[in-house]
Amino acid sequence: MTEWQKQRSERKRRLEAASKYAKGKLVSPQDAKSLLEAVVRPGDRVCLEGDNQKQADFLADALASVEPARIHDLHLVQSGVVLQAHLDLFNRGIARRLDFSYSGPQSEAIARALAGGKIELGAVHTYIELFARYFMDLTPHVALIAAVAADPAGNLYTGPNTEDTPTIVEATAFKSGIVVAQANQVVEKLPRVDIPGDQVDFIVEADRPFYVEPLFTRDPGSITEAQILMAMMAIKGIYAKYGVRLLNHGIGFPTAAIELILPTYGEQLGLKGKVATHFALNPHPTLIPAIESGWVEQIHCFGGEVGMEDYVRERSDVYFTGHDGSLRSNRMMCQNAGLYACDMFIGSTLQIDLAGNSSTFTSGRIAGFGGAPNMGADARGRRHPSTPWLTAGREAVETSSALTRGRKLVVQVVETFGEKMVPNFVERLDSVAMADELKLALAPVMIYGDDVTHIVTEDGIANLLLCRNAAEREQAIRGIAGFTPVGRARHRKTVAALRARGVIQRPEDLGIDPLHAARHLLAAHSIEDLVSWSGGLYNPPSKFRNW
Amino acid sequence: MERFEIRGTAARRVPGDRRQAITGVNASGNLEVLVERVLPGNECVVEVATTITGFRDLWQAVIEDFFERCAPGGLRFSINDGGARPDVVTLRLMQGARLMEGGE
Repeated sequence: MTEWQKQRSERKRRLEAASKYAKGKLVSPQDAKSLLEAVVRPGDRVCLEGDNQKQADFLADALASVEPARIHDLHLVQSGVVLQAHLDLFNRGIARRLDFSYSGPQSEAIARALAGGKIELGAVHTYIELFARYFMDLTPHVALIAAVAADPAGNLYTGPNTEDTPTIVEATAFKSGIVVAQANQVVEKLPRVDIPGDQVDFIVEADRPFYVEPLFTRDPGSITEAQILMAMMAIKGIYAKYGVRLLNHGIGFPTAAIELILPTYGEQLGLKGKVATHFALNPHPTLIPAIESGWVEQIHCFGGEVGMEDYVRERSDVYFTGHDGSLRSNRMMCQNAGLYACDMFIGSTLQIDLAGNSSTFTSGRIAGFGGAPNMGADARGRRHPSTPWLTAGREAVETSSALTRGRKLVVQVVETFGEKMVPNFVERLDSVAMADELKLALAPVMIYGDDVTHIVTEDGIANLLLCRNAAEREQAIRGIAGFTPVGRARHRKTVAALRARGVIQRPEDLGIDPLHAARHLLAAHSIEDLVSWSGGLYNPPSKFRNW
Repeated sequence: MERFEIRGTAARRVPGDRRQAITGVNASGNLEVLVERVLPGNECVVEVATTITGFRDLWQAVIEDFFERCAPGGLRFSINDGGARPDVVTLRLMQGARLMEGGE
């Protein structure tokens, strides 16, 4: 006879094994390791919550300390591999297989572990792609998550950093999995409930608050004039041209520069209210001056940002907040907003090839994707029209008809050279060689060339929508690749012809005076200026306090 | 320290009567440029003093492109370079030429 409730029985067995370490749902921090040894079994798919922002770091340490003889061959299915403990899981043989999205600081360590055979890599995903697989073939058996506070019934308050938690819990709790939460504190009454208690099995009161990386804080003091020039070109040549109101920004300095010149240069161009009014975006401190100047109507956030809590709380007309007042972020929802409801993505990258493919996987670094490939991709399922979307779609074809679909604007804003004079334009992406070496079935590409509509450099804007074949596209890219070897190998006559057609636009073609590309154009020159724009509500983390 | 000069002939003489201008800063990754209206007709020259040696060929390409793009006839540019990237060199030269045209 077929048994139809094996998962439910298994869950029951594990809960019973764990019960001796818990009082109700509460487990003391010193029993965390024993709890995990009771609820995790060899070969389990485990989601150890952590992304580019918050980390269930206490539970990560606890899992990394279990006996590999008892628990081994785990399959980690999680957004981020960011902490040393994440790598320890593989180095100690507790985990073997990995499906993830983002690695950031551990990008080199992952490449080494992969080459050394410590990690068996499934795939590198975008965030929502991995989340989607939680509901198909990568459903976690155990989820280890992080909350700001819990009550004894297991209800969780995640504060501004809700991020991935609801999605992870949904996939685990409703498929007979086990959910363990670390909480900064256990209280009788929560400010609000982000995760209902009946979806959470155990609460461990951690001995320290969970870690959050201030990944989206850019010091205006580090923005260069070349970046300001690129920002001016992007605003005049793309935001204004297409009338882009709904958008997402990447995390690089060029987009921080854009945020900081909206209230100055954007104002001079008369664009207030006409562009950049709605964002799918983390609470970027560099957007404070634009918000305070009345540019921004609404922002939905993937996650929180350290130091922005009070500012967000006091600007609830702009941000999504709970009835307790604090930010409610949600990575799954915000990525969906970025995919279907944004007319433009603009962000930086580390390498672009001659077809416009870009990657952050450079030699020896498996950086992961995070959300960029999703933000930076045309959503083929989109059916609602908007002026920028329709305009872009029509530019991409010779003759448009009633059936011509629109296009998302996908803009790469990139300096021609990176650090140490390494060219950002290349004939062949490093990731192609890396895929060969590591025998990956698919070379990691951040944004595919056929999704990219514009590339902005100090040299100008290349509008790839207007290119009619691969050869034109290549010359349009060479034509804005500056003095990199790729740029110097341009065919000058073809590039001149592309410029005459408006496929390439130089700053002078856009009427941009190079003298205006100066730091005085920035609405804030320092983190301290951002604090003062915020009326003292922004509270920057100590590493950004340099005054 | 490496020093050299690159000469050219521009498509026009830069209008305006400003005699000299200075822009940029002599700092690491940046450069300072002094611009003077001292050459006859459409001649132009860039004198380079750089702390990074071995990139003469790249300077040549950057400066020739600048001569063509901006046509700075009549101007001498003296660069004190602290290892600026090519895009910064172009930006500073363009800024210098604009100052000589009376830009603010």
